[in-house]
Amino acid sequence: MTTTSTKPEVWVFIQHEDNTINETSLELLGRAKELAVKRNGISATVILGDNIRKIISEISSYGPDKVYFVRDKRLEQYQTTAYTRALNDLVSLYKPEIFLFGATILGRDLAPRVASSLRVGLTADCTDLQIGDHTARGEEFKNLLYQIRPAFGGNIIATIINPKTRPQMATVREGVMPMPAKNGKTSSEVIEFQPELTDTDFIIKTIKKELTEKTVNLKGSNIIVSGGAGVGSKENFDLIKELAHTLGGEIGASRAAVDFGYIHHDHQVGQTGTTVRPKLYIACGISGAIQHLAGMQESGKIIAINKDPDAPIFKVANYGIVGDINEVVPKMIKAYRQRGVL
Amino acid sequence: MEKNYVVLAKQVPDTKKITGKAMKDDGTVNRAALPAIFNPDDLCALEMALRLKDQYGGTVTVVTMGPPSATEILRQSLYRGADRCILLTDRKFAGSDTLATSMVLSYALKKIKNISIILCGRQAIDGDTAQVGPQVAEKLGVAQISYVQEILNIKKNTVKIKRIIENGYAVQEAPMPILMTCCSTSDAYARPCSAKNIQRYKKVASYSETVQKYMADGTPKEEAFKAAKNYIESLPKERSPIEEWDISTIELDEALCGLGGSPTWVKQIESVVLTAVDHKHIPATNEGISSLVLELIDDHILD
Repeated sequence: MTTTSTKPEVWVFIQHEDNTINETSLELLGRAKELAVKRNGISATVILGDNIRKIISEISSYGPDKVYFVRDKRLEQYQTTAYTRALNDLVSLYKPEIFLFGATILGRDLAPRVASSLRVGLTADCTDLQIGDHTARGEEFKNLLYQIRPAFGGNIIATIINPKTRPQMATVREGVMPMPAKNGKTSSEVIEFQPELTDTDFIIKTIKKELTEKTVNLKGSNIIVSGGAGVGSKENFDLIKELAHTLGGEIGASRAAVDFGYIHHDHQVGQTGTTVRPKLYIACGISGAIQHLAGMQESGKIIAINKDPDAPIFKVANYGIVGDINEVVPKMIKAYRQRGVL
Repeated sequence: MEKNYVVLAKQVPDTKKITGKAMKDDGTVNRAALPAIFNPDDLCALEMALRLKDQYGGTVTVVTMGPPSATEILRQSLYRGADRCILLTDRKFAGSDTLATSMVLSYALKKIKNISIILCGRQAIDGDTAQVGPQVAEKLGVAQISYVQEILNIKKNTVKIKRIIENGYAVQEAPMPILMTCCSTSDAYARPCSAKNIQRYKKVASYSETVQKYMADGTPKEEAFKAAKNYIESLPKERSPIEEWDISTIELDEALCGLGGSPTWVKQIESVVLTAVDHKHIPATNEGISSLVLELIDDHILD
């Protein structure tokens, strides 16, 4: 424990691009504030860049106690080595107890490198974080961060701890923690930090970026119609799309359907895709691997359509239809279109 | 100077095969029912390395850390066209978390001279952490590019790649040496094993693997050691490109690997057991489906 800090600090790395904060960073801030309360400590955000006053004021409106502003013009664009050096120096100076990152593409690139440079433990892709104790070999550890994550294709849930190294680091999956409300106060203490960087920290040159507009909105949909391996072909997947469009919902897919090339990864629901909680989830030809179920079982109502009556998907379903999707789905489309006349 | 491409690979249980059939009655996974495979992203990394070799020449070395049985993925690498393979195996490595694993791998890589590019899979399907690549790069002090989908070209000392970023793609350029983590959306991306190479390398083995095979056949330990040594020595040198390294070969302090070198501890593991909810069985008939649709409309779940 350091003597310079009186209260344990829970940090969240804030990912931003084009003046927009990544949603996962905000989701994490919500949980970081709760963890800080439990630890009788303070919550803090870490933001790198230069011309980012707007981001800082927006983040302040979510009420972190502190904002660490790591300032250098060259940090406007993400660069792994430079970000690692800056964060390494910031951590070494202020010694947080917990440091969280979103398990985004950037977070999964940066967090392991930072953890390695600090020689501390890091747990990837957590779905829950708690505070608790641990006793092992006669040693007692108080107030550890329980880093809870699925592993082994989602079939086990592991609780990981870092008893002896600080900060305790974790990346957290997108969409698993609720978005916090703005609390209006903008009185976060802003601490500016100037890192010492050299040109060798910026050796990767980005020549161009192609941003594909995100047209899939699984998180925001009330109705999701998903297809799995049982759909059988890319052509058959049109049925899934048609049902989704008819019901005014979004198209989802299992990992198997994505791996078979039936549909783009953006549609994937589950542990390696998006976690969803729609009002209605219709699983078509999805057997129900745990990694899929983990990402959809909190849906309001679940309809499972599968040829195999023993498919695990039926275990989480509210309505089960044993049958061929090529027959059941057209019937469902027809029934919905005729709803007024029946 | 000739380019050296080093691929980091892992043998993993095929977690994609976890379906109803691979579940035990109590709802836990029957791991024995899962085949051990070449981690898919690592296979993608190997393919990228082989394509570089095809286009620019050079050598491809595959390194894996694991139990003796992981030699299988090294043989598969040879079948596809790798030149040299290294099995990192030692009981002292067991229980390593990602930090300790990256320590072992980085010490091994320090023993390989003049590396141009280190290619690894983005993540392994058993843990899905995506941490080992970046952690190896950090320890070696080389830059990293993750989520690489395609290597576009190498010009002089610079490699140009296409990678996935948040909401899209980026084309980036970096000087070598560099570490990249690779991923592919298609398992069919990797070339098949060549029949010629299978003929050439099918008898190649690692020492520890051979010991295990003899012992599995009931050969007493000491004899198995001797027989394995004889077998490995009997292989023609040019046809046995699998080396086996242990903790002393890579000169790593025991305290930095294995359980002792791992800052993360597993506190608890729970099997995910599905607790069945009662579901309403809907007959797959016009009537059954119509009444379901109407029920959902009544409940304001459908508009």
